[in-house]
Amino acid sequence: MKKFSLHPCGNYRESYAQELSIFETNFGRICLCLFLLILFFVAPFIVSPYTLYILNIIGIAAIAAVGLNILIGYTGQISLGHGAFFGVGAYAAAILATRLDVSFLIAIPAAGIITAGVGMIFGLPSGRLKGLYLTIATLAGQFIIEYVLIQWEGLTKGTMGITLPVPKIMQWNISGDKAFFFLIFISLVLMTWFAVNIMRSKFGRAFIAIRDNDRAAEGMGIPIFKYKLLSFGISSFYAGFAGALWAYYMVSITTEPFNLGLSVEFIAMVIIGGMGNIPGAIFGATFITLLNELLRYLTVFLMNIDFIISWGLNIAPLKEFVFGLAIVLFILFEPRGLAELWRIIRSSFRLWPFSY
Amino acid sequence: MANYPIELPPVAVFVLGHKMSEIILQLNNISVVYSDVIQVLKGVSLSVEKGHIVSILGSNGAGKTTTLKAISGLLKPENGEVTDGEIIYDGKNIQNSSPEYITRQGIIQVLEGRQPFKYLTIEENLRVGTATRSGKPYKQDLDLVYHYFPVLVSRRKALAGYCSGGELQMLVIGRALMAHPQLLMLDEPSLGLAPLVVKEIFRIIKMINEEHGTTIVLVEQNAAMALQVAHYGYVMENGKIVMEGMSKDLMNNPDVKEFYLGMAASGIAKSYKDVKSYRRRKRWL
Amino acid sequence: MDFFLQLLVNGVCVGLLYGISAMGFVMIFKSSSVLNFAHGELLALGAFFFLALITWAKLPILVAFILTLIGCFMLGFLIERFFLRPLIGEKLIFVIMLTVGLAAMFKGLILLIWGGNLYTYPSFLNESMALNMGAIYIAPVYTATLIISMIFLIIFGLFFKKSAQGIYMRSVADNQKAALSLGVHVRRVFALSWAIAALVASMSGIVLGIMNGVNVHDLSSIGLKVFPVVILGGLDSIGGAIVGGIIIGLLETFTGGYLSPSLRDVVPYIVLVFILLIKPYGLFGLVEIERV
Repeated sequence: MKKFSLHPCGNYRESYAQELSIFETNFGRICLCLFLLILFFVAPFIVSPYTLYILNIIGIAAIAAVGLNILIGYTGQISLGHGAFFGVGAYAAAILATRLDVSFLIAIPAAGIITAGVGMIFGLPSGRLKGLYLTIATLAGQFIIEYVLIQWEGLTKGTMGITLPVPKIMQWNISGDKAFFFLIFISLVLMTWFAVNIMRSKFGRAFIAIRDNDRAAEGMGIPIFKYKLLSFGISSFYAGFAGALWAYYMVSITTEPFNLGLSVEFIAMVIIGGMGNIPGAIFGATFITLLNELLRYLTVFLMNIDFIISWGLNIAPLKEFVFGLAIVLFILFEPRGLAELWRIIRSSFRLWPFSY
Repeated sequence: MANYPIELPPVAVFVLGHKMSEIILQLNNISVVYSDVIQVLKGVSLSVEKGHIVSILGSNGAGKTTTLKAISGLLKPENGEVTDGEIIYDGKNIQNSSPEYITRQGIIQVLEGRQPFKYLTIEENLRVGTATRSGKPYKQDLDLVYHYFPVLVSRRKALAGYCSGGELQMLVIGRALMAHPQLLMLDEPSLGLAPLVVKEIFRIIKMINEEHGTTIVLVEQNAAMALQVAHYGYVMENGKIVMEGMSKDLMNNPDVKEFYLGMAASGIAKSYKDVKSYRRRKRWL
Repeated sequence: MDFFLQLLVNGVCVGLLYGISAMGFVMIFKSSSVLNFAHGELLALGAFFFLALITWAKLPILVAFILTLIGCFMLGFLIERFFLRPLIGEKLIFVIMLTVGLAAMFKGLILLIWGGNLYTYPSFLNESMALNMGAIYIAPVYTATLIISMIFLIIFGLFFKKSAQGIYMRSVADNQKAALSLGVHVRRVFALSWAIAALVASMSGIVLGIMNGVNVHDLSSIGLKVFPVVILGGLDSIGGAIVGGIIIGLLETFTGGYLSPSLRDVVPYIVLVFILLIKPYGLFGLVEIERV
């Protein structure tokens, strides 16, 4: 049994098991438990519905971002197709629910698995390609999936969109922000737990080896193609799962949101959060979602100022500009993302007042 | 002769002979650290006389290449830095200057392992050598390089990627000559080449030195060959200079003979194993 | 048959334009291995800058054209200096995302100033430039495209083969360390390649604007179409970019003409996936020699 301590003042790891431990101290474990308790038992009952809606969007984005981080941050393969994969998940769930009357408890994971399959198909080029070429291959995947979603009207109803039924557990309807809050955040906690643990397993180590040097990894006997595909599969599963949740939450879906812009947003979440850091992906998802909301609020605010109306300026694109600027600034000034900032803040508290 | 206030007639230069010789490059106690943690050079001092060939010998990892890179400013892209000491070239301090500046002062380094521009033709490769004085005519220099390396003439339109190792070594030396170097630094020109080609290359190095008065710093594993053409030699080990002297003195030094020329005092080659055991008994310095 | 020939001619013209747009992209990639996702926005910036000069400042066409080229040349230079240079030696994904961020910034900026409307240039191409060959009609703008493309191709061919700067640029693309050891100003080469790329991009932006009207969404989506073009031709081959452009242009016009207009825009990407699976380094790309 580990001794209870508030914080270690250095690296005291003595065994590999300690190296693998998720929490350095029990203090961290307690903090997380407290946070989760507040999140589940206090937060949904006191915040406004709007805040709850934002939290739900953050939760869905975080699931997708955690998955993408497995691919980008841990396996080193860049995918520009995750926006479309998210859409595949949403449509898979919608079609399963409307055509086959599948219960949402099965439809959501099934959508994840279908998306994993699609993701693996577009991950196939990774057998022969890497770096830039693979990135471009996933870009093509994005456009092709978008096209199929719009054009395969028999299945997706094209631009008409699909309306999903209300998810039910026995007799209990899951509708409204509060019910979805529990659905989304329980999923997020489970998915994060799974992601953290897969990174501590043989698979996670193989992914990291491929990221750091794929040739050397191959030399060490890791079948890199298999693992790259697996990484594509897992990460698409996350995207599809998140997409399915999103579809149920939004009730009706069209093809419009699943464009390249969404893919870029997901990557931005991973980068701004911190690559190769699972809590980082959650930070990134929070940051991007809040930024989007803030900018929406700001543009509405600015558009109502007479002065700007008299100028005849269209303020809406300001959102796009600031979004781009945020990405650029993060890459130039803190490429390791919010996770690194969080670590700096934490350790400066820990070491205070003797930071050297 | 810039260091002398009065211009001496050539005869006087001749008469004063050895004393008159001018130090073109001086390294004073330099240390080099990579990535802020790995110290590779631990106080290296050496001086190079104008018009001389100076060879630096030493085993792998002794710091020879790092010394050259410290001089030519190529440490920075590899995250290395001269942390201590000074490098004086032609009266100017050049430690930690940019490679663009240093090459324009007349120091050109020929990198280890040839490094041609694979997708450029031989002639285009040579033209890149004129980067330090871009815009100036280069035809004459091309002729000069072809005069030293006639092999290249027939290959001038061929892509460098398809040339043999010997041709490439000649190409990269020629490419450096295009820059009109005052100080030419060659990093292991004999690497991976057949003995006859090595001989030819060293003959040309000697010729360049004699005909143009180009100062040459030669880093080599092939100590016998290097000491034959060089005037002066340094021996490095573990980031330090452990021995220096005129080439012929070094050649006769029993330690150098044993370690680098592979001969025992009696003149018979010793086996590698014996050298190893000897080395354990008596470490240099 | 006439329909076929007309499509062929249109395809070649559109393709040439794609090829020229891709050329700037390839240039940046070749010298500094940066995959520029902001290329479409560079096209749009050029087109809008030209628009502003001829409609707001009311400058003569030729003056405006030259000013646009100069302005974009400078812009490319500044982009490299302030955004790309700090990232030299960083991971691929950072560089890619930086250009993605830049793309969003430029697009936002253009939308702020001009909005998402479709503008047209006042027509200044003489109808006498149109060519009539039997039943085939080549519109003046296509003739102009052909002429400008040819001029640029020849200029760039000469620049890279003959001029000192061109050879230095190729040497940096080939072996950066060796170029540095010979005193090639590597950072200057990077900056120059961005400047030239922006110049070429603005030029093709203007021609595209003459052809289809100026709209930021259209132009930036053409920036993404550069990817299939360059993959087909090989990421590092300038001649390949032109051939790739023509192939994609033909594919598009024929799919649009014979199959379905909606398939037209996605066909390049379908082709792209197949190329990547079969011949990953394109038709003319250099196979990367990798050693552990």
